[in-house]
Amino acid sequence: MRGVKILLVFIYILFLMLPIYWLLNMSFKTTNEILGGFSWYPQEFTLASYKTIFTDSTWYSGYINSLSYVLMNTVISVSLALPAAYAFSRYRFLGDKHLFFWLLSNRMAPPAVFVLPFVELYSAMQLFDTPLAVALAHCLFNVPLAVWILEGFMSGVPREVDETAYIDGYSFPHFFVKIFMPLIAAGIGVTAFFCFMFSWVEMLLAKNLTSVAAKPIVAVMTRTASTAGYELGLLAAAGALTLIPGVIVIWFVRKHIAKGFALGRV
Amino acid sequence: MITKTVNQKAWFLVLPVLFIVALNAIIPLMTVVNYSVQDTFSPGVFFFEGTKWYREVLSSPRFHGALGRQFMFTGIILLIEIPLGVAVALAMPRKGPWVSVCLVLMALPLLIPWNVVGAMWNIFALPDIGLLGYGLNWLGFDYNYTQQPFAAWATVILMDVWHWTSLVVLLAYAGLSSIPDAYYQAAKIDGASAFAVFRYIQLPKMKRVLIIALLLRFMDSFMVYTEPFVLTGGGPGNSTTFLSIDLVKAAIGEFNLGIAAAMSILYFLMTLLVCWVFYTVMMRGEES
Repeated sequence: MRGVKILLVFIYILFLMLPIYWLLNMSFKTTNEILGGFSWYPQEFTLASYKTIFTDSTWYSGYINSLSYVLMNTVISVSLALPAAYAFSRYRFLGDKHLFFWLLSNRMAPPAVFVLPFVELYSAMQLFDTPLAVALAHCLFNVPLAVWILEGFMSGVPREVDETAYIDGYSFPHFFVKIFMPLIAAGIGVTAFFCFMFSWVEMLLAKNLTSVAAKPIVAVMTRTASTAGYELGLLAAAGALTLIPGVIVIWFVRKHIAKGFALGRV
Repeated sequence: MITKTVNQKAWFLVLPVLFIVALNAIIPLMTVVNYSVQDTFSPGVFFFEGTKWYREVLSSPRFHGALGRQFMFTGIILLIEIPLGVAVALAMPRKGPWVSVCLVLMALPLLIPWNVVGAMWNIFALPDIGLLGYGLNWLGFDYNYTQQPFAAWATVILMDVWHWTSLVVLLAYAGLSSIPDAYYQAAKIDGASAFAVFRYIQLPKMKRVLIIALLLRFMDSFMVYTEPFVLTGGGPGNSTTFLSIDLVKAAIGEFNLGIAAAMSILYFLMTLLVCWVFYTVMMRGEES
């Protein structure tokens, strides 16, 4: 029984790793070798594809643009969601349940519905083709998610903590920053992780809200695939580099990841 | 469960969130509603058309096709991912150094940009140089996802299973690790079978997180766009053109604003309805 279990987990992880291995494999091959046929590992190992990416500004500025809107979005989402989540976890107020559902329904709205109106809206606000436009647009699904996760974590903190602090004479902002936020530090970390993740992986809005100056890496990649012919090695290397930020942030939250994925509701 | 006090001033704490989400949700939605009831012949000149676009969309075989494929896709991946995710979560070790390693490796696919997932599977499944495509052909299957609709479907589904099953695993695992050891010891003393432990201890504890998993997987698969678009471009023919792909094709590819807007509204109403059903079930579970 135990053997079967270990085997199942092993096969599942192997299945997850194979396509990633293949991407890395391709990224270290020369174009000739890729087009030459099937091979398990690079015969003529080369870093040429990576070198192109790090020296050509259309490539590396794609990563900078992506990271800048992802970071902006994470900061905006978490800081706006913190007070709102506190309100939902501690108080009843007129229309609270309807408001919560409405927020949640935006997390579930298909981005394809919003592409065209978003382009018009952000053009009218003179923000088209800036990282800020993408950061604000990603708030559509990240802010509701942040409120949802934080509310779960905050509900785990007993009310007595708030009451004791008020009796001790703390003002609300002072209490919130000095006492409450450290208590839910893990929850804030997990929330930031999720905002980072969903902003980093999204392509449809990021691609259509930018044209030249703020083009994200995901859009640079699609253009290469279509115009510059079949540069598979370059495409694979660019893809492999997009794995790195994910690996870094996941390492930071590895202890809380299971609870985080349950949105603080276990 | 925390007892909440009534305080109308709490609205002030919610205002910033309300403002930013309203900016992103209400203004664009009104734009879409506008387009869906109007027609244009030159920029800036619009005519009221009533429900013309809605009738056209609802009676078009193209919309029916995309909707049918969408439900089939969502149904198939839910039937595979939920049981597989629960099985892997049950098989995972509860304690020890391997837990972190397993969790990090499993979460990896979730953090890859969606177009990279598509590009990765594109390369992985190429019949001449991809491991999957080459392997299947070597085993004697005639496999080419760019030409055979069935192969394209199988690849898109396999890709989604690869991409998202880990979400179910992580959620189910979180539910399982909240079960105190004492429960298992009691079951052992009573001589409960493995199935009884699953049915009466593990499944009830996982119920809440499984509803979240079902909700997230339903919604995200219902609006799937990037991965199948990069992998197959909706083809061969229309065979893997799901709702979002069809919608973007109509809106940006063909600039058919009226049709696209009417489709958007219908699409949005469907997701809203399903979301509301799940939310009601979930809240009932949380209150009881």
